[in-house]
Amino acid sequence: MESFTPVPADTTAATAPVVSIRAASKYYGPVHAVVGVDLDVNRGELFGLIGHNGAGKSTLFKLMLGLIPLTAGEIRIDGATVAGSGFRAVRRKIGYLPENVVLYDNLTGLETLHFFARLKGVPARECPAALERVGLADAATRRVREYSKGMRQRLGFAQALLGQPQILFLDEPTSGLDPEAIRDFYAILRGLRDQGVTMVLTSHILAEIQERVDRLAIMSAGRIQAIGTVQALREQIDLPLWFDIRLAAADVDRVRDALGHLPIIAIEAHNDRITVQCRRDAKMQVLEAVARLDGKVLDLHVREPSLEDVFFGFSD
Amino acid sequence: MEFKQIATIAGKEFWDRIRNRWVLAVALVFTVFALVIAYFGGAQQGAVGFRSIEFTIASLVSLVIYLIPLIALILGFDAIVGERERGSLDLLLSMPITRFELLLGKYLGLAAALTFSTVAGFGLVALVLAPNLELKALYHYFGFMLSSVLLGMAFLSLAVMVSTFATDRTRASGMAIALWFFFVLVFDLLLLGALVVTGGSYGGEIFPYLLMANPADVFRILNIFAMDDVRTLYGLATVFPRALAEPWLLGLVMLAWIAAPLAIATWRFRK
Repeated sequence: MESFTPVPADTTAATAPVVSIRAASKYYGPVHAVVGVDLDVNRGELFGLIGHNGAGKSTLFKLMLGLIPLTAGEIRIDGATVAGSGFRAVRRKIGYLPENVVLYDNLTGLETLHFFARLKGVPARECPAALERVGLADAATRRVREYSKGMRQRLGFAQALLGQPQILFLDEPTSGLDPEAIRDFYAILRGLRDQGVTMVLTSHILAEIQERVDRLAIMSAGRIQAIGTVQALREQIDLPLWFDIRLAAADVDRVRDALGHLPIIAIEAHNDRITVQCRRDAKMQVLEAVARLDGKVLDLHVREPSLEDVFFGFSD
Repeated sequence: MEFKQIATIAGKEFWDRIRNRWVLAVALVFTVFALVIAYFGGAQQGAVGFRSIEFTIASLVSLVIYLIPLIALILGFDAIVGERERGSLDLLLSMPITRFELLLGKYLGLAAALTFSTVAGFGLVALVLAPNLELKALYHYFGFMLSSVLLGMAFLSLAVMVSTFATDRTRASGMAIALWFFFVLVFDLLLLGALVVTGGSYGGEIFPYLLMANPADVFRILNIFAMDDVRTLYGLATVFPRALAEPWLLGLVMLAWIAAPLAIATWRFRK
């Protein structure tokens, strides 16, 4: 793996959000793609943006990159407005991996990176290292038309990593990657986060990002419905918890009766297991009741609502 | 404006055409056609072999006026809309490059490929014919080559403009073909028709200026007015006043035909 030299952070701006969005809206005639979005992403943060297809994620990405003009509001990236003349300098600090990245079939992997390196003002000598980093060193001289979808995605990621960017925008970055490549991808992101790189990513695979992002925003119908850590969003929406209790089969009925008086939502028994659903504020009461069951409990597992549950809770 | 960014885009466009042998193929087409015309152009009159540079150029003008606009339009019609349709435009625009730099880089790269093909194709023929030519004839031939390059660049500029207006490649190709029909086939017929309908009594003064509204006609006039022997062979161009037929003036008109569509394309692309 290639070593990474972190770019020294601007200490005067260390506490200012790297991405600052205020009342951003984008309308296409009667279609309101993005409506009144307010959002801050802090330096060194790995921020997730989730939503249904058509929720406005990709449009918001394009607005953040200055690819399309805002209808209203303001977006600042590293202090510069995306519509301003100073944004060209900021672009040199940005890495972008579009959804379904399309590269040039007639170029080899290395030539592809050379092309983008020239545009970014990055020395060509960085390109082999970038390919090495995403596991494409052996395919450097093969034409992109011979690459699989996953290889193209990795090449797109290598392109985004050129020039040691301080801000990364990754739109569905793990699309087409196999589980091993996804693991390697997030390992690289963790390393970048440790070096202070700010990252915004979208994903449809909620289970994949729920343990990996620092904070996330849920978008629906062009609006941000909720922002926070996964845990904060769980608490905010107050979805029920699940207790999976394993017992000796003979104790199941007695235990079900013993837990029946608690403020729970549902209780179900299957063979040697009891599943209890309760509100978050009844969690400690249930735990204390289970503790009083003495030696009857063989195993206990508390299930928090998944990010998918939280997502549907907000977006529906 | 950063010239390095323009050069990067232009370099990629040019080398893409070199690598996929587009330049070679077009240069070969020009060479073969030019040689055939030079040696067999008089076959209908019962003579085979090189006759004179005037008649060779006159025949080549008739060929080039159809061929180069078509090649240029095909070359450039998807310059921008193709990137948009493939999905690679957003990635390009996320780089530290302005839309104008991207557009100009695309245009210059494609123009370089077309120019290289034209000069290589016709230049090879010049080498073959050189032993038979006097210096003045070579001068005419190089003038023909230069005007062919300008004609190609003018229609390439129109093609790039089309590529910024069209919403997809299919529409862009339709618009490019329509432009070719209009400028190469229909425009002169419309002018002739107008002259015939009015019995030549109206519009005679503006007629030369109307010819300048078509880069294909400007190319034709640029070439045939340089040669007394062939001037009378052409219908429309013979009514063109000598004062307006100055090569430098017609060259400026050609440059305007390159710049104006590019300016419109830039406006549209920024929008």
